[in-house]
Amino acid sequence: MAVTDQQVEELLKDWVHDSEDLITAMLAVQEKYNWLPPEALDYVSRRLNVRKPRIYHIATFYKVFSLVPRGKHILQLCMGTACHVRGAKLIADAMARQHGLQFGKTTDDGLFTLERVNCLGACAIGPILVVDGEYKGNMTTNRANAIIKRLKREETSGEGGNA
Amino acid sequence: MPKIETAEQVKRFQERCKSALDRFPIVVSLCNGTACCAMGAKELAAAFEKELAGDESVKFIKSGCHGFCEVGPLVVVRPLDVVYQRVKPDDVPEIVDRSLRHNEVIDRLLYRFGDGGKVFAKEGEIPFYRNQSKVVLALNSLIDPYSIDDYLAYGGYSALARALEMTPDAVLKEIADANLRGRGGGGFDAGRKWNSCRTAAGERRHIVCNADEGDPGAFMDESILEGNPHSVIEGMVIGAWAIGGDDGFIYIRNEYPRALKAFGNALKQAREYGFLGENILSSGLDFDIKVSRGGGAFVCGESSALFRSLEGEVGEPRAKYVHSVERGYRDEPTNLNNVETWANVPHIINRGAEWFRSTGTKDSPGTKVFSLVGKVENTGLIEVPMGITLREIIFDIGGGIKGGKNFKAVQTGGPSGGCLPASSLDLPVDFDVLTRAGSMMGSGGMIVMDEETCVVDVAKYFTDFLIEESCGKCLPCREGLMHMSGILHRITEGKGKPEDLRRLVKLGDAVAAASLCGLGVSAPNPVLSSIRYFEDEYLAHINEHRCPGSVCSALISYHIDPAMCTGCGTCEKVCPVDAIKPVPDEERKDGLLREIDADVCEKCSACKEVCPEEAIVVESPAVTTEHYRENVTEMR
Repeated sequence: MAVTDQQVEELLKDWVHDSEDLITAMLAVQEKYNWLPPEALDYVSRRLNVRKPRIYHIATFYKVFSLVPRGKHILQLCMGTACHVRGAKLIADAMARQHGLQFGKTTDDGLFTLERVNCLGACAIGPILVVDGEYKGNMTTNRANAIIKRLKREETSGEGGNA
Repeated sequence: MPKIETAEQVKRFQERCKSALDRFPIVVSLCNGTACCAMGAKELAAAFEKELAGDESVKFIKSGCHGFCEVGPLVVVRPLDVVYQRVKPDDVPEIVDRSLRHNEVIDRLLYRFGDGGKVFAKEGEIPFYRNQSKVVLALNSLIDPYSIDDYLAYGGYSALARALEMTPDAVLKEIADANLRGRGGGGFDAGRKWNSCRTAAGERRHIVCNADEGDPGAFMDESILEGNPHSVIEGMVIGAWAIGGDDGFIYIRNEYPRALKAFGNALKQAREYGFLGENILSSGLDFDIKVSRGGGAFVCGESSALFRSLEGEVGEPRAKYVHSVERGYRDEPTNLNNVETWANVPHIINRGAEWFRSTGTKDSPGTKVFSLVGKVENTGLIEVPMGITLREIIFDIGGGIKGGKNFKAVQTGGPSGGCLPASSLDLPVDFDVLTRAGSMMGSGGMIVMDEETCVVDVAKYFTDFLIEESCGKCLPCREGLMHMSGILHRITEGKGKPEDLRRLVKLGDAVAAASLCGLGVSAPNPVLSSIRYFEDEYLAHINEHRCPGSVCSALISYHIDPAMCTGCGTCEKVCPVDAIKPVPDEERKDGLLREIDADVCEKCSACKEVCPEEAIVVESPAVTTEHYRENVTEMR
């Protein structure tokens, strides 16, 4: 997606007034593009009159920001304490071994980004895997494996259909 | 909607809202909390809305969290006063027909305790609810969090009207007399804090609500913001009046988009009604609240880091030789309290300091909200009087340990708290007792652990969490935690040395003594408290290479009990590394006996999850397949 100044301004105009709103502005950019494209940060820097080192300092400090494009599917594994004692670590290990998914990383094919979240406030149904925004509770290594396999399958069959 | 301008008008408007509510003979309240939503409350809401379309006699509420997450989605029907649990969209027509139209109770949707156990219909009878005393959460299942009229119908904003007729000094005195202590973790005296902020030198004063609830396994504040956002707004405006606040902020955690939405809507309504803005209720008070969102950094729950983040900077704490009440946001006097503390304020003004002090203990009055989670039967959100024992919380309200297993420990206070053993179960829960026991109240996360939890693994988990979340500004926290984690990893891998425990304690003491902010000071607590109470588990890892909870993967091995296996082969199908093979000539009911090759097995637990016979056993210390095969009888 090409990033234009107008597009970014559209995100900021109602909310962002001065440099105190920098994080708010960056959150809006992150939400729109799913990452922080350099062109958008350029515009934010000019618009708020904030130097870029400060922007990149913030981008690397807060976990929500990503300086690289994220995957087509966002998987968030809750690693809160309740999920941990119910076996979330086993799921994380299995996803790493079986599918090469690492926390904070996007797979080489650009299909998945796995994120670690610390408590989503739904501990009763832990462990929780959020698949593209949808909470999936009482997760097991087998179910996580099945979900990833299904998404991969859909991708290959979808590509086949397009070709 | 014309603005409400006087206390008299508040009263009149409340009456109008109440009679509007009373016009509905029947109320259906569907829990719309995070857990219930994840279990299908959305589909359920659609089913109710369809079924009740055009029905003027029923008020259908999508409410905040009712608390009993374990058996969600929850539906309460009033005045029948019946709680339905684990409701599915298919049940909705029957509920509408039988319970709403014919006042009948549907037996199969009621809560049952234990297998074929006692049936409970009313909220007040269910053990999970019966032993609670709800103040802050009292309105959660009664009101629509998106309706300010519902809040007003239950007396909302009375406290504000009342406070604005008192002098700021009188309001301050009421809060001080109540001995309200900060619910965010520290337990600092709110009255004293308000007073210090009020008298601090400075042009402008800021009122801030900390909703950066970062402790993993804790969702109290989320549920208050989602379920009753106006109570927090009301508390903050009262605070602004007492302290002389010029503007307000709420710092909401990024992981709580639903709380953000509910609170944002409440702010809009409060402005429309004149509870925020200029000359609130003709008192001369001008005050508004701005929402600021976090970026997923645990350290931003620390006051000085939170203020930097509000200013649009990186959230790094600073040394606290100057208190934030004197120099906080923009280096100006700032009063920071957390969500639950603010939500208590209207109740104190309405009912008085003496009433507040009549619940709880002398030094920790009032109630506290906890999220009771982990290996407990009844997971959920609870509000109990301070001074209640851990045993009452875990066994009477929580229903004991899941699956009838044995209790091992309870973790309170999140990454800043500690693990308490069975011998601490009769301790009364208040700020000071928990601190003396080596843990802390914290914001209210309570994670129950059973015999299949490893306390060393949990200590390692919190330490690694804190390494991830440490801002890196000061050395003791940044480096000290790394070294503690290194030792913990070594211990859980079976490479621990006898002197490791002494080293951990020494390092932990140094981190606690020398770190800059509260995060670092309390960071060693999970490790130090678990060494204090569970030294034998550490020693089992170090000396015997045995993990008593059978968790640490380097110290365990998976096997199939030949006496239990029916040969169904389900395990073999799910094993990702083909470690499971049939054993020739060993016929069982459904096929050949299976065996796990311990050399190939990656200990992912996939087989254990699916085995219908619970035939998969975990041994610690780890043994070879041959050893298990030859010694299975003794090992059993």
